[in-house]
Amino acid sequence: MKARVHVMLKNGVLDPQGDAVRHALGAMGFDGVNNVRQGKVIELDLAEGATEADVTLMCEKLLANTVIESYSVEMS
Amino acid sequence: MRAAVVVFPGSNCDRDLAVAFKAAGAQVDMVWHKDSELPQGVDIVGIPGGFSYGDYLRCGAIAAQSPICKSVAAHAGRGGYVLGVCNGFQVLTETGLLPGALLRNAGLKYICKTVGLKVETSQSEFTNGYNAGDVIDIPIAHHDGNYFADAETIKRLQDEDRIAFSYTDNPNGAQADIAGILSENRRVLGMMPHPERAADMGHGGTDGQALFRALAGALTTA
Repeated sequence: MKARVHVMLKNGVLDPQGDAVRHALGAMGFDGVNNVRQGKVIELDLAEGATEADVTLMCEKLLANTVIESYSVEMS
Repeated sequence: MRAAVVVFPGSNCDRDLAVAFKAAGAQVDMVWHKDSELPQGVDIVGIPGGFSYGDYLRCGAIAAQSPICKSVAAHAGRGGYVLGVCNGFQVLTETGLLPGALLRNAGLKYICKTVGLKVETSQSEFTNGYNAGDVIDIPIAHHDGNYFADAETIKRLQDEDRIAFSYTDNPNGAQADIAGILSENRRVLGMMPHPERAADMGHGGTDGQALFRALAGALTTA
């Protein structure tokens, strides 16, 4: 079983890296990009029996810092 | 004063911090991240600067889960003193001993230079060697020092006089110009600037000495 965790900076938290990417895209001639937010994807290969609740706990305790980041979990 | 300085893989200011504690008269033990106990009778734990665990995942995130950090949290819970500098500040926010988080610098650049710091409060054993309002020169060296907390937390820090130091010329986008904050009981201090790098004439400045001397004065070994 696999889990894919998406971690993003919360709305309202400044993302200077996303902003730098937006500037670079603009400089390359890609017009029409209003905003860029950069996050990370973490893939977990899980032993049988692991549940989404386990992954959520992992997110709360380590994978995301919920002061500044939000996360979502996809099980497959 | 008995101090313990924690060493993580990737710490690089651990010896500097130990030297600053020793110069102020402390007996210092170095503690490895895999140790699960602090030495008996430790008054203060120093969490040094550096790049613990290569800054993997988030700065300080892996270090915050290391065996020694459980003992550091227990020490703080008993009312023990903790000083976290730079990466040490990041570790303290990741453990939850201090509120907020340190984001990437607003200008995206790693900044290494001496900055002006305003002492916001002298009401702590860390800062009572200064007068509130003093401006001191202390080096910074970080890529992720942009202090962030929600508006409610910032207001609480201000109302409770828990901002220890603020930047006179904000280098990294930190909210409310915050460079260092105190815990609710005022015994845990986290700060991005490096007082241990301004603690000897050879450093080119000694404005950080007063912090270590004040601690040594307050925490005399029983």
